[in-house]
Amino acid sequence: MNDWVDHCDLLIVGAGPAGLSAAQAAAEAGVAAVVLDDNPRPGGQVWRHGPGFAPPRPARPLLSTLARPPLRYLPGTRIVDAPEPGVLLVEDEQRGWLLRYRQLILCCGARELLLPFPGWTLPGVTGVGALQALVKGGMPLRGERVVVAGSGPLLLASAATARQAGATVVGMFEQAPLSQVRRFALNLWRWPGKAAQAAALARRGYRPGAWVVEALGTDALQAVRVQTNGRVRTLVCDRLACAFGLVANTELASMLGCQLSAGTVAVGAGQRTSVEGVYAAGECTGVGGNELARVEGRIAGLTATGRHAEAAALAGRHRRWQAFARQLQASFELNPAIAQLARPDTLLCRCEDVSVAEVAGHTGWAQAKLHTRCGMGACQGRVCGTAARALFGWGPGNPRAPLVPARVATLGVYGTGGTGDD
Amino acid sequence: MTTQAIVIGAGIVGAACAAALAQRGAKVLVLDDGRGGATGAGMGHLVAMDDNPAELALTHYSLGLWQGLRAQLPERCAYRGCGTLWLAADEQEMALAMGKQALLAEQGVASEALGTQRLAQLEPMLRAGLAGALKVPGDAIVYAPAAAAWLLQQAAGVTLRPATVQAVQGRQVTLQGGERLAADIVVLANGFGAKALLPALALRPKKGHLLITDRYPGRVSHQLVELGYAASAHHSEGTSVAFNVQARPTGQLLVGSSRQFDTLETRVEPAVLARMLARAVAYLPALAGLNAIRAWTGFRAATPDGLPMLGEHPEQPGLWLALGHEGLGVTTAPGSAQLLCALMFGNAPLIDARPYAPGRFAEGQAA
Repeated sequence: MNDWVDHCDLLIVGAGPAGLSAAQAAAEAGVAAVVLDDNPRPGGQVWRHGPGFAPPRPARPLLSTLARPPLRYLPGTRIVDAPEPGVLLVEDEQRGWLLRYRQLILCCGARELLLPFPGWTLPGVTGVGALQALVKGGMPLRGERVVVAGSGPLLLASAATARQAGATVVGMFEQAPLSQVRRFALNLWRWPGKAAQAAALARRGYRPGAWVVEALGTDALQAVRVQTNGRVRTLVCDRLACAFGLVANTELASMLGCQLSAGTVAVGAGQRTSVEGVYAAGECTGVGGNELARVEGRIAGLTATGRHAEAAALAGRHRRWQAFARQLQASFELNPAIAQLARPDTLLCRCEDVSVAEVAGHTGWAQAKLHTRCGMGACQGRVCGTAARALFGWGPGNPRAPLVPARVATLGVYGTGGTGDD
Repeated sequence: MTTQAIVIGAGIVGAACAAALAQRGAKVLVLDDGRGGATGAGMGHLVAMDDNPAELALTHYSLGLWQGLRAQLPERCAYRGCGTLWLAADEQEMALAMGKQALLAEQGVASEALGTQRLAQLEPMLRAGLAGALKVPGDAIVYAPAAAAWLLQQAAGVTLRPATVQAVQGRQVTLQGGERLAADIVVLANGFGAKALLPALALRPKKGHLLITDRYPGRVSHQLVELGYAASAHHSEGTSVAFNVQARPTGQLLVGSSRQFDTLETRVEPAVLARMLARAVAYLPALAGLNAIRAWTGFRAATPDGLPMLGEHPEQPGLWLALGHEGLGVTTAPGSAQLLCALMFGNAPLIDARPYAPGRFAEGQAA
């Protein structure tokens, strides 16, 4: 092995619940797998931990898997390109290199759906998971008034984290109507460990059928205007955490040629994608919570290491959590009114300062990008492109290298490191 | 009676032709299939090129016309009179720079020779020890998609219609779906897309890669081009790369360039991108540590002699060609449009039109 090229039998992308479960299955089989993750710490978004925030109990045995040889764990490593079949171009803080694999398990997770509303770009406004991440990363919240809004069970988790950090949660607003949320809560007994969530959903201060229509403030957030049952009231706060659920991260799968279905990576038996030797598990195949992700990750890990009978034995558990995922999606379906919150002058692309009105006049994403520069900033359209999909129904373009912002030196590795046509 | 014109292609060349026709009182319908071409994919440089006298005449003429538009261009067109530095790696290339200076001077294009130290002062990000550069202060950059859209918007009597053209025959145009249109003048200005309508055209696709960085304001001031660029641009049959960097008004560095013949594969090729970047890092070592945020490809429509085809189709009266601008379409669009209009309306063009005559290529494969 030279400095430019690394090899492994099994490459697992992502160290969240799905990736860790796949890694555990690989470690049991003694397979030399590599777990690559772009975060500096393992656990993904859901098991994010940091100073003062220990990882949750079910995460601990899986996290300890990462220390088990022959497994290798590469934190803080980003995938830049898939230059040829069986090869990824990656980089960490120090260097870029090529990583060759025989089999690949994609556990790329999901990201928050941020939709524009007046004031959404004010300092003090973040995503729901983003607020959790900031707090777990050490951001102080003591004494602050926090509003959590948007959609999905993540609202509850984020509010809990904020309280734990000393904040006062002055409101939790779920856009899904009360009837749907109640039905979801009443069904939760069917899944182990979900009863506590039902209790949280019944908590005072959690208000379904409500959403933030505007964030107010001049230089930073000072208050939000909230709509409940057609009435709008103003609520003073220091922070707003707002996101409308999760969307699957499909960019790498799409670049590899894997078939997508309804915005997620399409998988068949054994979590196989349409590309030979490439599996996908967890939320990149559909949002469904960490329990589903763990079953899928384990199935993918077992299948990739040839233990098909053990994988098949998990079918029942898999189906049970898939049913939960369906329940989740149906209950927190997006109200079309949410897509109408932006005013013409509300920014859609905050990297390039492009308003909703500037973009709305175009016929598609590619044309809008070219003429308005929306999506051309450092976030590569991950925020505004996803929002434009929700607002205008525009499909995303084909992902190209670099998949994430990457050093020019890294993109120069291919061809200089014993691979490529040079 | 009002002249009716149809322009096929709303890229920078089509837009300039439509605007020039409208200026002469014509009513212009612009048809564009929305697929995008070299205008959206290219760098948007406005540069005096002296590979041969005709190229220099057209680029110089066009740069003057761009200068005239400059005051009216809205900010979104991102016009910047940054000038070009043609970089000489060694004394041999410095001699080339001096030769270039003499050629440019003959056409009245001002330029200034810079030594090692002066160059290092002007562009400290460049590697130490370059022999010098030739500075062409009249060169500029522009955001071509916005400029093309503006040219169409500001002209009275121009209508843009999204439509895919299926066939062209003289003054007749057939759209996908069968609708037929006719005009006094039909202008074909859809770059390599014209090859599908007139397969005998002497056009070949020349693929290029580009990459843009995150925002790093103040690192580079001029457009930077290696002196070997012209050689790479016009004389190589294989895959070639040449150093070319622009500082966009956002502070982003736009990095080129590469050339490949006879492929229509749109994907970013990792090996070509790597080669192109290695070349760029050789000139700008600190570029290696900057973040790239996007890479893409595009296709230049190239003719055998590197000059565009500007004039009436030799066998189809009423059908006018504004094609084959290769990498210089943004620079030469206004000059091409004026020259074409002069020929259409029987005026004497301000530069000799013969080098661009569409009939100049060998019989049989001629346009």
